Amino acid sequence: MNNTSVLLTDKKLNLQDCYNFVQDPSCGGITLFVGTVRNATQNKSVTLLDFSSYEPMAIKEIQKIANTALKKFSITKIAIHHAVGELQIGDIPVIIAVSSAHRNAAFEACQYAIDTLKETVPIWKKEHFDDGEVWVNSHP
Amino acid sequence: MEVKILFFGITTDLTGTSAVSLNIEEETTVKQLKNKLISTFNNLKNIHQFAIAVNETYAEDDLVLKNNDTIAVLPPVSGG
Repeated sequence: MNNTSVLLTDKKLNLQDCYNFVQDPSCGGITLFVGTVRNATQNKSVTLLDFSSYEPMAIKEIQKIANTALKKFSITKIAIHHAVGELQIGDIPVIIAVSSAHRNAAFEACQYAIDTLKETVPIWKKEHFDDGEVWVNSHP
Repeated sequence: MEVKILFFGITTDLTGTSAVSLNIEEETTVKQLKNKLISTFNNLKNIHQFAIAVNETYAEDDLVLKNNDTIAVLPPVSGG
């Protein structure tokens, strides 16, 4: 039985899909992390974010995180969905949903998944401002 | 031998390309390839670091490359 749902898509992410995937009668709770596009960075107004990826590797790395989370924490199911392409303020680039019998495991696995995703998954965002654009985390 | 190099994120801007084929010597390591990339694409010096993936897996500096490997130049990631 597959207890992981991994998605990298140029379509709008669906919170209900993630919830429905992890929902399970054996579970006492579900944690959800929803990343949203913020309207400013370091006091500078952001107009939009453009996400790009090395798609086949990004999917593998996300799958690796989901598999590791299942081994490392007492969780039942995990969904990790990430969007690519142009996202507007308030749009959702990432959703992580985790279900478990007891809440601590779900909280911990959710935190582990988003922290690891931000370190290892080959996805890059470019911030667009009124007067230009910047690749986030790169310092030319 | 020949390898394919893919660029992502800021490295596409720094090199002005997203994919090139490169001729390298047999037994070239990832570390040697990084140096070759920096000497071929000078602007790559402008970022503090980049990782290398070989055939869609992160590679250590001492990995020896093979003919037809697909190599990705990965600047610091910023997903999420």
